[in-house]
Amino acid sequence: MITLGPHASFIIAAYVATVVVVVGLIVWILRDYAAQRRILGDLEQRGIKRRSQSAREGEA
Amino acid sequence: MALIDLANPTRFLALVNRVLPWLAGLTVIVFAYALYRVAYAPDDYQQGATVKIMFLHVPAAWLAMMGWGLMTVAAFGTLVWRHPLADVAAKATAPIGAAFTFICLVTGSLWGRPMWGTYWVWDARLTSVLVLFLLYLGMLALYWTADDPNRSARAAAILALVGAINIPIIKFSVDWWNTLHQPASVLRMGGSAIDPSILWPLLIMALAFTLLFFTLQLAAMRNEILRRRVRSMRMMQAAAA
Repeated sequence: MITLGPHASFIIAAYVATVVVVVGLIVWILRDYAAQRRILGDLEQRGIKRRSQSAREGEA
Repeated sequence: MALIDLANPTRFLALVNRVLPWLAGLTVIVFAYALYRVAYAPDDYQQGATVKIMFLHVPAAWLAMMGWGLMTVAAFGTLVWRHPLADVAAKATAPIGAAFTFICLVTGSLWGRPMWGTYWVWDARLTSVLVLFLLYLGMLALYWTADDPNRSARAAAILALVGAINIPIIKFSVDWWNTLHQPASVLRMGGSAIDPSILWPLLIMALAFTLLFFTLQLAAMRNEILRRRVRSMRMMQAAAA
């Protein structure tokens, strides 16, 4: 059994704060990834290509 | 694949897509083991169970400084070699470094209240870490308000180099000034002053935090490369219109 002693509230608050910050960071990065992929997909569907992509296709 | 090939964002992206799931999995496994070791680590003879806060505070502090160190290396990459991924790496590091600095400050305060009797004192170590946090916020403001990443890259690189002065100040503040914050007890001349029963869980937790840092950084770099692709495609679209 883990006992946290008389200062348990401070220990729990420290772990909760860390989890909130880390989970927030993970969620933000994952949502950003999904958003960038969605925008890229939309642009590609409309036939817009990057310069390097167009150049490669021009060479072929 | 030669190391120089990674300078190409497309090849770097392919590598990140392959490595990231494995790195994320390894991070979860090491974190699970670290938390198990932390849960069963003994209480400190002076701090009691509040030593458990140190397992978060110390790795967060190390990574807060490492984050700025990475941005400093990236600054050289931007200014000297104009490496295409250097600014991407710096921009990806800034929010992660800021988050770890915030964790360091919050957990330090929550440890300070029961141990020192106060959440905050304006001593050199605490103040220099607060300055680091403000520098990270400045870096984020610079990146998030700039329209053109090419222009913000140079300014961010200069800010990273100027802010790097603060890193040795943080590290040696406890030696140079009379601070309430205790001197170094892990990385110090003459070896660690911590008992192995507490030192090992601390080092394993530091490894878990470091793996988390790099997992998040690679994921954020991938996002930034995609964001720059979106920008370039929108510019092509605007030019064609």
